[in-house]
Amino acid sequence: MIRFSHVTKTYPRTGTAVDDVSLHVARGEFVFFTGPSGAGKTTLLKMVYLDERPTTGEVRVSGTSSRIARGRDVATLRRKLGIVFQDFRLLENRTAEQNVAFALEVTGASPSAIPSKVARVLAEVGLAGKGTAYPPELSGGEQQRVAIARALVNDPFVLIADEPTGNLDERATRGIFQLLREINAGGTAVLMATHNLELIRRQEFRTVEMDRGAVVFDSAEGSNGPAAKAP
Amino acid sequence: MPRTLRDALITFQRSPLLSALSIVTIAFSLFAFGLFGLVALNIRDVLNRLEERVEIRAFVAEGTEPEAMAVAAGDVARYPEVQRAMLVTQEQALARAQRELGEFRDVFEGATLPASIDVQLKPGFRDPAAVRRVAARIRAFTFIDDVRYGEDWIEKLYALRNVAGVAGIALGLTFACVSMIIIGTTIRMAVLARAREIAIMRLVGATDDFIRRPFLLEGIIKGVLGGLLALLMTYVARALINTYLIQTVFFDRRVALLGLLFGAMLGFMGSAISVGRHLRRV
Repeated sequence: MIRFSHVTKTYPRTGTAVDDVSLHVARGEFVFFTGPSGAGKTTLLKMVYLDERPTTGEVRVSGTSSRIARGRDVATLRRKLGIVFQDFRLLENRTAEQNVAFALEVTGASPSAIPSKVARVLAEVGLAGKGTAYPPELSGGEQQRVAIARALVNDPFVLIADEPTGNLDERATRGIFQLLREINAGGTAVLMATHNLELIRRQEFRTVEMDRGAVVFDSAEGSNGPAAKAP
Repeated sequence: MPRTLRDALITFQRSPLLSALSIVTIAFSLFAFGLFGLVALNIRDVLNRLEERVEIRAFVAEGTEPEAMAVAAGDVARYPEVQRAMLVTQEQALARAQRELGEFRDVFEGATLPASIDVQLKPGFRDPAAVRRVAARIRAFTFIDDVRYGEDWIEKLYALRNVAGVAGIALGLTFACVSMIIIGTTIRMAVLARAREIAIMRLVGATDDFIRRPFLLEGIIKGVLGGLLALLMTYVARALINTYLIQTVFFDRRVALLGLLFGAMLGFMGSAISVGRHLRRV
């Protein structure tokens, strides 16, 4: 479903962010990406939704290749993905409902179908009754739930979550993680970048550890990369 | 209400000050353009009125039969370039000269002036080449003594007209470019104010066309509103000029409408450039 083939990403000023990464994510899988700041997790995730392109190598996401995808292909791909960030990225002058509806509107969804779909997905993330609230009126955890609802409303086959709990307290973190598990249980793959080792240790999901742009451990393979080979 | 229109109108509601500032800026740049247009229009009006006075006067030899003169005048009137050919007899020529000289009419006492065929040309045939061509044909009548049409004067009038035309186009294009840059800058401010929204739209799969459309409509609306305001300001300026300086003509309804369309086009172009540049950069 998602395949990285010898992917390297180099920036002219800051150097190599991702270094010769090859990995495959299967449909419905839950994968943690972990590692220190600057390890290349975010760059790797950005390449899934083609916000960044590899300098060398190829990323294929559900048939779309990073080598040949153009503007419209990228838009079409992103409609099949859900993306969640640490800073929520909600529009503060729109209500929770409007933020979620926004993701449907850009796909050209029928206006009459939007309200029921928005209400359903807000209920799924536990925000029934809070649809008319503006983001500043919601807690951090609730804002992240709105962002997740927005990511889910187009029924994505994969949810990309870049440090989704980074700005949340422990209780909200547990709630968001539980929600991601439920989403995954419904068949949606989840790629989650996180620093939260405690969270990873408690789960049995696949973990990919990165350091200085390279994959140093992949639980699916047992070991991979220079760190795994180190004594 | 279609999404594009709704999103374009929401901008006016969400940032009324920035929108008002954009419209006023557009209005002032179009006002400068309008004032220039008014000057150009009045220069053209004066030149047109001068051009209407372009006339060929063919003097008839003394002793020519009146019937021959009438037939010749009829022939000349049928030339495709000719609007009117009028036979002026000796008596009429004298009466006209006395009328035109007013208090010095006495100098014509007992004088004889030649009869003539006075020819006025149709618009579009008043340039030096056409006048010369018609004059040459009239000169071919055996009983025509002389043909006068103020050759130097016509050459100068046309040179002036050409200079005014070229200067008009050059200044017009300059004003249009300046207006477009100003409109582009004001739209750019609106684009930057919504940069976060644009980034999120892209993340959720909006195509560039989808993102661009409300901005283009916003540019058109601002261009039309700015154009209306500019038209109003130009009208007031012209009324003041008429009251305190000289009588001038104003744009007719068709030109005013074209002005608004021009404002809309500038708004559209300014938006297209600003949004396009932003989308390429992010």
